[in-house]
Amino acid sequence: MVAPTLLEVSKLGCVRGDRRLFSGLDLSVPAGTFVQVTGPNGSGKTSLLRILCGLLAPAEGEIKWQGENIRSLGEEYFTSVTYLGHRHGIKDELSGIENLRISNALNGIETSKERARSVLERMGLGGRESLPARLLSEGQRRRVALARLLICETRLWLLDEVMTSLDKGAMALIRSLIEEHLAGGGIAIVATHQELQLATGSTMRLELAT
Amino acid sequence: MLRWIVWRDLTLAWRRRSDMLSTVFFFVIVVSLFPLGIGPETQLLRSIAPGVVWVAALLASMLSLGRLFANDFQDGTLEQLLLTPQPLFLVVLGKVLAHWIVAEVPLVLVAPLVGLQFDLEKETLAVLLISLLIGTPILSLIGSVGAALTLGLRGGGVLISLLVLPLYIPALIFGAGAVEATIMGTSPSPHLSLLGAFAIVSLIFSPWATAAALRISVE
Repeated sequence: MVAPTLLEVSKLGCVRGDRRLFSGLDLSVPAGTFVQVTGPNGSGKTSLLRILCGLLAPAEGEIKWQGENIRSLGEEYFTSVTYLGHRHGIKDELSGIENLRISNALNGIETSKERARSVLERMGLGGRESLPARLLSEGQRRRVALARLLICETRLWLLDEVMTSLDKGAMALIRSLIEEHLAGGGIAIVATHQELQLATGSTMRLELAT
Repeated sequence: MLRWIVWRDLTLAWRRRSDMLSTVFFFVIVVSLFPLGIGPETQLLRSIAPGVVWVAALLASMLSLGRLFANDFQDGTLEQLLLTPQPLFLVVLGKVLAHWIVAEVPLVLVAPLVGLQFDLEKETLAVLLISLLIGTPILSLIGSVGAALTLGLRGGGVLISLLVLPLYIPALIFGAGAVEATIMGTSPSPHLSLLGAFAIVSLIFSPWATAAALRISVE
């Protein structure tokens, strides 16, 4: 059986300032696929992910999710997408549990304290889940941000350089998270400089040139 | 949803109480400087009181507006808020409501106290309180548009004042006008009605404008 194509990108172009980062980008991603976006600094990896999640409007081309343009889907599209960017997207004043519960609640998923605690424990933050995030190290804060992936029920993950400041254990954890996600019919698009070898699922490589 | 965003912003404000207190102290000090500078001329003080209190409230709200979206912008939570599956104007409305509770309500509550320094009567103080209660949501609502437009710009603090203060003028005129009318012994209700109308108009339009401005600023 051929997996259905969920995400379809056609003739995508991106212009930042007066520089054209890429143009004529075509991509069709079936369910259960891992897409690794590589390329030198400034080649447009982050811009591509931001366009794919709808934060940035493309200069040209269109993006279709399950056959529908994401512009016309509007907020409905966001129920299918989780985007983790360079910046962690967690509040320093809130604890891990509070961060997780609030960001999930805003995405329409009510999370109990116990559930949040167990998820953070799996992310290796056991015992620190009630500390304000500003007391955590860079890698630990990244783990809090990644914990969202365990709760969200979205099919499309867009992860931008999430492996920075993570140790080996956390890398293995991400790998297994993505493998589980792909096995469930999801898509993960990851911008990275490090190779991420997955044991399962099909891998696509997208190389952006300057 | 609205409940969560308000709760989030109130919790954050509570964990950074000093920010909230600095706005209130600024307001109290600015208002108190006038009686000290002018001296005990009750007639003069009474006639300048409405304008002084209102102008101080406008300036105090400038202090807190810069933080409305800037902190969320810096740590990336604003992007996440933009990607939540609800209409963005609701998110904005929640943040504005929280801002009003944190930054404006304390001003409204201390206003009658600082107003005592101007030898205002009880009735006038009550009208001052009511006019601020109706008028300060306008400050948060219109201010949010300016905060969103100047997000991430250098010198945004000055820019936001230049952008927003002129838009506050109707609120200032009707708000201070209501208090003045009471001092003169006429009814403040026409002024308060116009102030209320302005509040409703800004409630209808500014969340949309802010949402659009946020999308542009985050790009």
